[in-house]
Amino acid sequence: MRDKIRVKFEKTGMMKFIGHLDVMRYFQKAIRRANIDIAYSEGFSPHQKMSFAAPLGIGLVGMGEYFDIEVYSIQGSSEDMKNALNNTMVDGFKVVSLRKLPENVPNAMSSVYAADYTVTIHGDNIKLSPKELSEKIIAFYNQDTIITEKETKKSTRMLDIKPLIYSLTSVDGVTKMCLSTGSTDNIKPELVMQKFCETYLGIEYTEDPILFDYQRDEVYTNVAKEGEAMKLVTLEDMGEVIEG
Amino acid sequence: MIKPALRDEILLKIEKPVRYLGNEVNMVKKDPTNVDIRFAMCFPDLYEIGMSHLGIQIIYDMLNRRDDIYCERVYSPGLDLDKILREENIPLFSLETQEPVKNFDFLGITLQYEMCYTNVLQILELSQIPLLAKDRDDDMPIVIGGGPCVYNPEPVADFFDIFYIGEGETRYYQMMDLYKKCKSEGLGRKEILKKIAEEIPGMYVPALYEVTYNEDGTISSFEPIYDTVPSKVKKEIEWNMSDTFYPEKPLVPFIKATQDRVVLEIQRGCIRGCRFCQAGMIYRPVRERNVEFLKKLAVSMLESTGHEEISLSSLSSSDYSQLKELVYFLIDEVRTKGVNISLPSLRIDAFSLDVMSKVQDIKKSSLTFAPEAGSQRLRNVINKGLTEEIILNGAAEAFRGGWNKVKLYFMLGLPTETEEDMEEIAILSDKIARLYYDTVPKEERHGKAQITASTSFFIPKPFTPFQWARMYDKEDYIGKARVVNAKMKSMLNHKSLKYNWHEADVTVLEGVMARGDRRVSKVILEAYRLGCMFDAWSESFSNDKWMQAFENTGISIDFYNKRERDLDEILPWDFIDAGVTKEFLKREWKRALEEKVTPNCRAACANCGLKPLGGAICNER
Ligand code: SF4
Repeated sequence: MRDKIRVKFEKTGMMKFIGHLDVMRYFQKAIRRANIDIAYSEGFSPHQKMSFAAPLGIGLVGMGEYFDIEVYSIQGSSEDMKNALNNTMVDGFKVVSLRKLPENVPNAMSSVYAADYTVTIHGDNIKLSPKELSEKIIAFYNQDTIITEKETKKSTRMLDIKPLIYSLTSVDGVTKMCLSTGSTDNIKPELVMQKFCETYLGIEYTEDPILFDYQRDEVYTNVAKEGEAMKLVTLEDMGEVIEG
Repeated sequence: MIKPALRDEILLKIEKPVRYLGNEVNMVKKDPTNVDIRFAMCFPDLYEIGMSHLGIQIIYDMLNRRDDIYCERVYSPGLDLDKILREENIPLFSLETQEPVKNFDFLGITLQYEMCYTNVLQILELSQIPLLAKDRDDDMPIVIGGGPCVYNPEPVADFFDIFYIGEGETRYYQMMDLYKKCKSEGLGRKEILKKIAEEIPGMYVPALYEVTYNEDGTISSFEPIYDTVPSKVKKEIEWNMSDTFYPEKPLVPFIKATQDRVVLEIQRGCIRGCRFCQAGMIYRPVRERNVEFLKKLAVSMLESTGHEEISLSSLSSSDYSQLKELVYFLIDEVRTKGVNISLPSLRIDAFSLDVMSKVQDIKKSSLTFAPEAGSQRLRNVINKGLTEEIILNGAAEAFRGGWNKVKLYFMLGLPTETEEDMEEIAILSDKIARLYYDTVPKEERHGKAQITASTSFFIPKPFTPFQWARMYDKEDYIGKARVVNAKMKSMLNHKSLKYNWHEADVTVLEGVMARGDRRVSKVILEAYRLGCMFDAWSESFSNDKWMQAFENTGISIDFYNKRERDLDEILPWDFIDAGVTKEFLKREWKRALEEKVTPNCRAACANCGLKPLGGAICNER
């Protein structure tokens, strides 16, 4: 068995405009620059064994993004490898932690269950006091159902997203939410804010002008057993620090 | 972190916003207030194309090695952003500092192909710099052109202040020093340009030359206005290729560029002397880089970029004397680290087949031959040393080694070409297919042979022996392709053959741009006014608009394309001393018509004009 390493990174500033595929390409090259002993597939054009957690949309800042890699060998401690990577980062990308995954921990992609987001008003594009915003958000979240239209390839279907919003609060103008994330029931914060605008602010949701800035703070997996209540653990905490 | 020049709303709306953000790995960061000279280096096409160009990276690295200069980059905004910049009156900006290009001291634009000329105007206009050099005042950047197209800069002469004729490594530092001195003396734009033309070799300032024409439209005189300005501008040559500028830390784009890899230029120039090939003439003499220098560069560039691929670049790479050593080094040292090696097209022999089988999947890869002409007769005319025997022997060996795909490249419209010559393209393709079935027993075949022949249309270029040759009409070109196509269809193995040909519209235009004079700038300007941009992209190219531009300006395509020029005619590029002498070119033109081949530089010197300048290969014997 080859060792698996989980890397947590930030994507900030203007790097929020880089799409997911390019982020992957960026880290593939960064890993080579940092001399991490990553494992390759066989064949004429070998590729790195690497798996990203949940793609982040263009325009969103990420403070808790993840990918896993397989390595032939571990060179140094978590701290050493993190530093090696950070020495080759450009402004806007930063590795915040690097951990070894115990055997049989599922890979980043398949473990994603939920994510935290922070949403703020872009400039003063919506004129609303923090207090009003807070009250309206509470009222919005207190509804029994929040029905949205979800477009699929063939049709638009109605979906109640209330059960998929695990939390939603707004304090001092900063709105925070925890949303269902992953391959099934993936909810984007834009969808929540769009519904909120339309139903509680009575304004049309637009991207030009931009109304809100979005940031993903953390990504979680659910470690609850069958039948138990949801128990969220960050992807980072599934790994173990490699001591020097 | 630097604030983008574009608002979030714009960045979210446009295609590939990363094109306009800079911040790539190995981008040079400086405080612009701490430098004396700000230089914007531009490739007038989309970022993905421009970022793949080695020449710009060499100059970027070279200029930025100096503390008093900050060289930044700029590329053509895509059509979506172009529209927004115009609507909102946002001046075009550099990637590094995101500041307007119009505030820089220099705007350098590389001219790699003629079909980028309208994009040059786009860059100038979006930068809010007057399109015509004569309309620029002291506050505007000095616009300087470089690259292979400057071997006839005349069609774009009105848009540039200076052209740098020759290889970029040699004169920039000297020019920057002179510019600083002029600035400190308080000289204005006109005086600075004149000083540069007078003092720095290789610099052509078009405004300082006057052209008069004969009644038949040909040039009657081409003279500098001042006798302190040289009447001949000598091309610049970097003689020491192993102790010169080369970016050890090339920029690494976020988005996939056309060349998403480390590029190693192994030599410059070519010994072959193909008569149609401009690069083979203007980059004379061949200069190899030391193999140890290249090995070191390869390793350090892979380390500094993290690229997973390296490619070797040069004209006729098989002629590089240390090729084996270099390639086996790369296979042994870097391939083991998961790096792909992308080979240039090589002469097919035991060595290249061995290497290809090591670095490529035989089932997917193909053999490449560029006979350029179908018949031996015509290959003699163009001085292409590839014989049918060499092709068939190479192909047979490769077929036995497991290959079954062959790509063949030809040109149509070459001087003296007959219908037979065209048909020979199909005959040769068929012979190769037959060879496959004869060489490889049925049970060992991986499917049928796949022979793909592609033709482009020949465009005579300045400083080649064919610079006097005539071109044809669009319809004639299509007719030539039809001849080949019909012959292909009639061949025995036609099911194993595939034939592709290029559009002819662009060929005709490129012909005018390649050999036009100053008057052609009117057409380019008019075409741009009519909306032409990104003419190198088939989806945005509009032949109708171009034809309209010719009509509106009264400029004749036939004058530039369909005349065989007189040997005594003053050609628009005659003021350039490109190293190869006109006597040599005339001699070669004559030999071409006599179907005589001229040996390559290694076999015998043809006295092209470079020898007195002291090239190693020229003086070996
Ligand atoms: S002078 Fe002779 S050897 Fe030198 S480039 Fe010319 S032909 Fe080749």
